[in-house]
Amino acid sequence: MKSAVITFPGSNCDRDMDVALKKFGFNNKMVWHQDVELPKSDLVVLPGGFSYGDYLRCGSMASKSKIMQSVINFANSGGMVMGICNGFQILVETGLVPGVLLRNKYLEFICRNVFVKINNKNNGYFKNIINDVLELHIAHNEGNYFCTNDQLKEIEDNAQVAINYCDPEGKIEETFNPNGSIKNIAGIFNKEKNVLGMMPHPERMIDPYLSGEDGSYFFKNLINNLK
Amino acid sequence: MIVNEKIAIDHGLKKDEYKKICELLKRTPNITELGIFSAMWNEHCSYKSSRLHLKKLPTKGKQVIQGPGENAGVVDIGDNDAIVFKIESHNHPSFIEPYQGAATGVGGIMRDVFTMGARPIANLNSIHFGSTQHKKTKNLLRGVVHGIGGYGNCMGVPTIAGQTSFDSSYNGNILVNAMTLGLVKKDKIFYSKAAGLNKPVIYVGSKTGRDGIHGASMASASFDDKIEEKKPTVQVGDPFTEKLLLEACLELMAGDSIIAIQDMGAAGLTSSSIEMASKGNLGIEINLNKVPCRETKMSPYEIMLSESQERMLIVLENGKEEQAKKIFDKWNLDFAVIGKTTKSKKIELYFDSKKVADIPVNTLVENSPMYDRKWKKAKLPKKNKIYKDDINNLKIIEVLKKILSNPNICSKEWIWQQYDHTVMGDTIQKPGGDSGVIRVHGSNKAVAASVDSSAVYCWAHPLTGGKQVVCESFRNLISVGAKPIAITNCLNFGSPENEESMGEFVECVQGMGEASSYLKFPVVSGNVSFYNQTKDQGIKPTPSIGGVGLIKDYTKMITMDFKEVDNVVLVIGKTEGHIDQSLFARVILDEKNGPPPEINLFNEKNNGETLLKLIDNNLIKSAHDISLGGIITAVSKMCIKGNKGINLKKPKYLISEIEYFFAEDQGRYIVEIREKDEKKVIDILNKNAVHYDELGTINENTLFLNEKTKVTIDELKGFNTKWLKEYMSN
Repeated sequence: MKSAVITFPGSNCDRDMDVALKKFGFNNKMVWHQDVELPKSDLVVLPGGFSYGDYLRCGSMASKSKIMQSVINFANSGGMVMGICNGFQILVETGLVPGVLLRNKYLEFICRNVFVKINNKNNGYFKNIINDVLELHIAHNEGNYFCTNDQLKEIEDNAQVAINYCDPEGKIEETFNPNGSIKNIAGIFNKEKNVLGMMPHPERMIDPYLSGEDGSYFFKNLINNLK
Repeated sequence: MIVNEKIAIDHGLKKDEYKKICELLKRTPNITELGIFSAMWNEHCSYKSSRLHLKKLPTKGKQVIQGPGENAGVVDIGDNDAIVFKIESHNHPSFIEPYQGAATGVGGIMRDVFTMGARPIANLNSIHFGSTQHKKTKNLLRGVVHGIGGYGNCMGVPTIAGQTSFDSSYNGNILVNAMTLGLVKKDKIFYSKAAGLNKPVIYVGSKTGRDGIHGASMASASFDDKIEEKKPTVQVGDPFTEKLLLEACLELMAGDSIIAIQDMGAAGLTSSSIEMASKGNLGIEINLNKVPCRETKMSPYEIMLSESQERMLIVLENGKEEQAKKIFDKWNLDFAVIGKTTKSKKIELYFDSKKVADIPVNTLVENSPMYDRKWKKAKLPKKNKIYKDDINNLKIIEVLKKILSNPNICSKEWIWQQYDHTVMGDTIQKPGGDSGVIRVHGSNKAVAASVDSSAVYCWAHPLTGGKQVVCESFRNLISVGAKPIAITNCLNFGSPENEESMGEFVECVQGMGEASSYLKFPVVSGNVSFYNQTKDQGIKPTPSIGGVGLIKDYTKMITMDFKEVDNVVLVIGKTEGHIDQSLFARVILDEKNGPPPEINLFNEKNNGETLLKLIDNNLIKSAHDISLGGIITAVSKMCIKGNKGINLKKPKYLISEIEYFFAEDQGRYIVEIREKDEKKVIDILNKNAVHYDELGTINENTLFLNEKTKVTIDELKGFNTKWLKEYMSN
């Protein structure tokens, strides 16, 4: 399976994503933001980091990068595009997924493990995954997902919520919401479910010596689904 | 402007120093030249009060590739891998403007590391604030933590460990010490020594602005009532540009076009150009009109003294300019050929076709002042008598609660959760342990690092305190299973012109030297920060030690959390019951006098090396060194982290429970072993003449202090984790 990770100026999880994708069998290519064409890929990943320093709104500058037109075309033609953390913020800015990401409720950067409940398994990302709850890692300052009531209704009607923050048993309550996101939303799809944006980093959970292995289940399942 | 003595004094120079400048130049300097001298001769850049004493520190060792004198120290970790590391202070700017001060401290130290060709792989910090009751403390803490996180998180370098303390002596002068470790191939290390004539001198990175002018001079003076006016001397950080600069420099370094490279840190273009010329025994000629400037009409004086961040100076091979420029263009960074190396051995600056400075390099470096300041030897304070009545009436649970929730002991999760500690995917021990541990990417090795200081001990008796802090660093590395390699030090003291403060410096350095030489734990880099005082009120002497060690097989790393019920817990090292200068003495008895615990270097080394042997033989399940707060604090943290309890027993040779639990005797560790290994472990301890006591047996969830007193682990957690969060949210 072929994957591509886009490097924007200020991306800093691009290498980690490259390591993770290769570990689970992807033939991954790094793509520079000023390139015009995407290499032939089964999956395109927008990695975490601080693209353009996040000096304007997070992700807004990167969403206008040269390569992004190709990424948008790829997504619109049904290609799998996944944005993690800053990548999620970029996706939101392109409009590929609905809503916005505000500053965390307590105005502080948060770096810790969280549990997320998989809300919809009827898609290329989570189909066949045996877990209902994953322990993943977050590290962000602007992960507070927000959208209008109308948007929320549409998102829910279309089953676009991918994952919600929860407790280890999968209970979704405000107590387990690390950043103030509406309805504990940690990740969402586009209508067609081929584009996924999420704040947690599965690539930081791929090794028993790191914070845990739940990211491994995610990637193993993902590559099997693509085969 | 015609320079005179008064202007020189306004630049922080002394009368004699100004006289010496005129003699060396055989004329009166112009204002640009005076600015350059004041920047190079201030305490921060010249080490004029400390040089004499720093020479006594051991700096060599089998694994040392580069000792002090370069941008950072370098040690060999085998397989052509080397670790570049250094700690540096950013105290004064952080007190004036906590966010930017701390952020640029982190940015500066990372630049020091990647200047040498190393990719930064871990950040650490040691931060010290005034009393928690002081009106500025909360804002300073919040600002500093946000600043450290803001910079390090954006760079994508994990912050893996740190230390935070509160003490009223920092009320008017907080400390912010930042440390970075980088990984480099041994045959691809870059140095700052220029070589060759007519080589292009290149400026890369951010544009030069008017920020931070005289920052280094500000850092070399005491604070007074007008500190608010000094805000413009604080630099403004731009971590995004630094991230680009890091990637661009590493890309250029992959080739062979760089002769020498130096970051523009304190005293900016001045010190970077002069250091490169001085080390290469060359001259440098610069056309200041070529320097990329952020603001219009900047004068030569401003350009030379600006401390704008994220800039580098490079001496390049001839003919490589185009190739290098391409890389910096790709990363959207300024690139300008601003001058060349010359044989003149002078710094010659041109502006608008006029020569605006002409100074022999040696006058700025070798001939810079060096002082043998007067200093006072500290006496070892007399031991306090502890009255049994004072102790016998204490309720031990209440004492434990006070100690575990003390600001200097409590969990610092509120702080380190704001630092990205997992980016780069190799953090195998996160903050909150004895050391942070990161894997060497793609190998079986891991590097452990910790940062320590014990200002109270240093204040009570600088010689002992200096030894103690090196030993504590040694222990923190051993506790995670790492073999200690070398240290970096950040020496935070009051005014060197005050005999007592100078004495504290001299004796702390002496103590550090003795310990690091005995433990074969050499000092490879560091910095000195004097004048940490407001008016006449100096801080407690606070040398921070950053220690680095190697774990050859990371699967053998040790953590402090208790692992398994029924395992046996031992204390390695002898408990004599030293209460003076302990947290218990200060917090519970309100007693501030007395000597710090004694250091026995033989025991430190022997206990530590024996524990490493036990770890090597897979006999240790968890380990933690005993420091502030004594045995009970250490064991409580092991319980909390492992979610397990313990049945404690007190050895018969000590009379009082309090002494046993709260004493801060040195050279001790707590270790967990399997019952079936007990005989093997004891044999090894006996064979190596290491004292040990049996401390207890692990249980499900309760800490039994004795038959009558117990506390659940959930209660312990409550004592330990709540304080800081509540303090910061009120």
